[in-house]
Amino acid sequence: MLMAMDVLSLARFQFAMTTVFHFFFVPFSIGMGLVTAIMETLYVRKKNETYKKMAKFWGKIFLLSFAVGVVTGIIQEFQFGMNWSNYSRFMGDIFGVPLAIEALLAFFMESTFIGLWMFTWDRFKPVVHAIFIWMTWLGTTLSAIWILSANAFMQHPTGFAISQSTGRVKLVDFGAVITNPQLWVEFPHVIFGAFTTAGFAVAGMAAWRLLKKDQVDFYKKSLKVGLVVGTIASACAIGFGDLQTQFIIKDQPMKFAATEGIYKDTSDPAPWTLVELINTKDHTTSGNIEIPYLLSLLSYHKMNGSVKGMETANKELQAKYGKDKDYYVPVKTLFWSFRVMAGGGVLLFLLGFLGLWFGRKKKDTLLNQRWLLYILGFALWLPFIINTAGWFITELGRYPWVVYGLYTIADAVSPTTTAGQLLFTNICYFLIFTLLGGVMIYYSHRVLKKGPEGDLNTDYGVNSDPLAKEAFAK
Amino acid sequence: MSWLQILWFFLLFVLFSGFFVLEGFDFGVGMSTKLLARNTSEEDQLVATIGPHWDGNEVWLITAGGAMFASYPMWYASLFSGFYIMFFIVLFGLIVRGVSFEFAAHAETKTGRNIWRWALACGSLIPPFVLGMIFTAIIQPLPITKAGNVYPTLGNQINLLTIVGGVAVTLMMLMHGLNFIRLKTTGDLRKRAREWNSKLYYLLYAGEVVFAVLLFFMTDFFKERPISTLLILVVIVGSTVAAHIGVLKDNEVLSFVGSAIGLVGVVGVIFNGLFPRVMIGQDAAMSILAKDASASPLTLTIMTIVAVILLPIALIYFIWSYVVFHKRVQAKGAVSE
Repeated sequence: MLMAMDVLSLARFQFAMTTVFHFFFVPFSIGMGLVTAIMETLYVRKKNETYKKMAKFWGKIFLLSFAVGVVTGIIQEFQFGMNWSNYSRFMGDIFGVPLAIEALLAFFMESTFIGLWMFTWDRFKPVVHAIFIWMTWLGTTLSAIWILSANAFMQHPTGFAISQSTGRVKLVDFGAVITNPQLWVEFPHVIFGAFTTAGFAVAGMAAWRLLKKDQVDFYKKSLKVGLVVGTIASACAIGFGDLQTQFIIKDQPMKFAATEGIYKDTSDPAPWTLVELINTKDHTTSGNIEIPYLLSLLSYHKMNGSVKGMETANKELQAKYGKDKDYYVPVKTLFWSFRVMAGGGVLLFLLGFLGLWFGRKKKDTLLNQRWLLYILGFALWLPFIINTAGWFITELGRYPWVVYGLYTIADAVSPTTTAGQLLFTNICYFLIFTLLGGVMIYYSHRVLKKGPEGDLNTDYGVNSDPLAKEAFAK
Repeated sequence: MSWLQILWFFLLFVLFSGFFVLEGFDFGVGMSTKLLARNTSEEDQLVATIGPHWDGNEVWLITAGGAMFASYPMWYASLFSGFYIMFFIVLFGLIVRGVSFEFAAHAETKTGRNIWRWALACGSLIPPFVLGMIFTAIIQPLPITKAGNVYPTLGNQINLLTIVGGVAVTLMMLMHGLNFIRLKTTGDLRKRAREWNSKLYYLLYAGEVVFAVLLFFMTDFFKERPISTLLILVVIVGSTVAAHIGVLKDNEVLSFVGSAIGLVGVVGVIFNGLFPRVMIGQDAAMSILAKDASASPLTLTIMTIVAVILLPIALIYFIWSYVVFHKRVQAKGAVSE
């Protein structure tokens, strides 16, 4: 086992671990910023104190998530240089600009306004204070555009040339980098996924309290905000996911064929396989449960059309990039990740729809549907799994490339880093993340248990607002 | 070397200076929670002075790192991969420190709270020390390959200069933090911070002299750029004297400005001595030069436009947030002065 741990695998494992962990908190924070901002805006407009309490209460969980998101984000920035120095040299001309804009535009905005928002509840007019949380949210959302524009380049390079003298990527058209078609199907999909995450997380947490008949008015209102955000966002995420699929069929046929577990070109019209067992050695599948026409419908939005299989895609890639290697991606992971992601997304949308239906104004019986509250309670974990599955498809489906068609993962790793160093840092990160994740979930759970009246650190005379008026000297 | 390359070398100096000055006092206040504060209420008072700002201050490091990746990718790649374990330790400090603010506020037991306050103190001590080591390691000749990969030995990373560098940066940031505490608190803490600094400045003088001597023997700064190096060292010592006078005469603004200029001077002496190199090779021919390490002219041009537009806007609200929280933080229950 230890022998098999080469630098490349360890570096890849580290990237997967750190980004997956980071990306539990990124979409949750982006979405929680929106949910909190909506709640505070409802307070400003309706002048109902419950909404203010909601914004403060859910804001506590937002801040917990934001803190973990920030510290795990710094790892990412350092990691490119530390573990992937050749990648940084190769991609610096492209990657650096979005990263620098992200810092100058988005990070300054979110970090400054979150500080203002946290500590000025009593010092500004409600409407001004609400602007602070909207600015925080805007900062987090803008940051997603810029980091995804770098990712979009790695999926579908645009606006570049390969330098004759260095062999590295050189920027020739910045406009083409930020109008990359991949970016504008990827960004909305990710951002609506983020709103979905927070919407259903809030709905789920509120559902658990409602099952205990705790603070019914407060948690009912929270549940509704969560459901509205989650349901609308999940519908949008599914829609943009579909657009992204249309793009990937043409742009990365290998990735698409793998998510569908297709080795040979399909019949026309193509049936959609719900589940199957995949034999990656013999390139065969068995136990397929198929739904006729559906794959043609999903792929081309019509009742006919054949879909390219991985064997054909591999031949095309070999013709383009050289016959010295195969271009197969981790098929089983992609196939099942796609089912988790798409299935989970549709399930969330249906749950949200049901919740809104039972909670409709005319005949509100939502609290009597205890089965639905239970399902919503458990479903709060689902978006996190879905997000991870989505990134597995996107990133593993690019194998063996780190920058599609231009640079392989194997070339990208730091030549200076040793397996021992990586093993050490992997173990440390794992322990740190376990601790951070555990503490974050524990404290969120405590916040939920203490409810909207609960204060932080009451025993020590400190509340969440140490800079409130009374804390200042004249 | 193009003017764009010089500009971005200078801007990196500006961004790292911003980080040293802003997160410098922030680190100092963090260390002080376990050095200066005598009880939890004083710890809270200290944390409250940086509560709304620490995240914004840290963005200066993230921006400096991002700007280095963007403007000097070869430098960024060589530096971060070469000093792998050291950067990991910096990250470790920043991680435990970054979560400590929120986690301490949520802790319900005395022990739990204390753990996160210790995380803040240690997480504020480790990054300045290790970054001080890294910055003083890269001004000494390093084993660099033709491909630009840096393979520092243990001796390259831990030697007299890097240890003095680590201690000096940590001490300067602690004292900068104490000066900030003098500006931002009332009562006992304010007095104690002044007492501490009235002694620590003598230690810093000694540290600065040792640093200057080691710079002479262990780097080529006095050979390559003798006048400017000497000039910046004079500025560092001069600002230290000014800050010290601020302590003795109870002029808090003078002390704070003095310690801020001292930290800018440290970054300045390093960037000035490095230029036009970004990494110094033991074999001089292997040194990585700024002219070869930068991104393309187009990338630098776009970055310049972006910085010219975005940095002033960011600075406006960044500074405004300090104006909003300009008042002194006093202990809970204390009577206003």
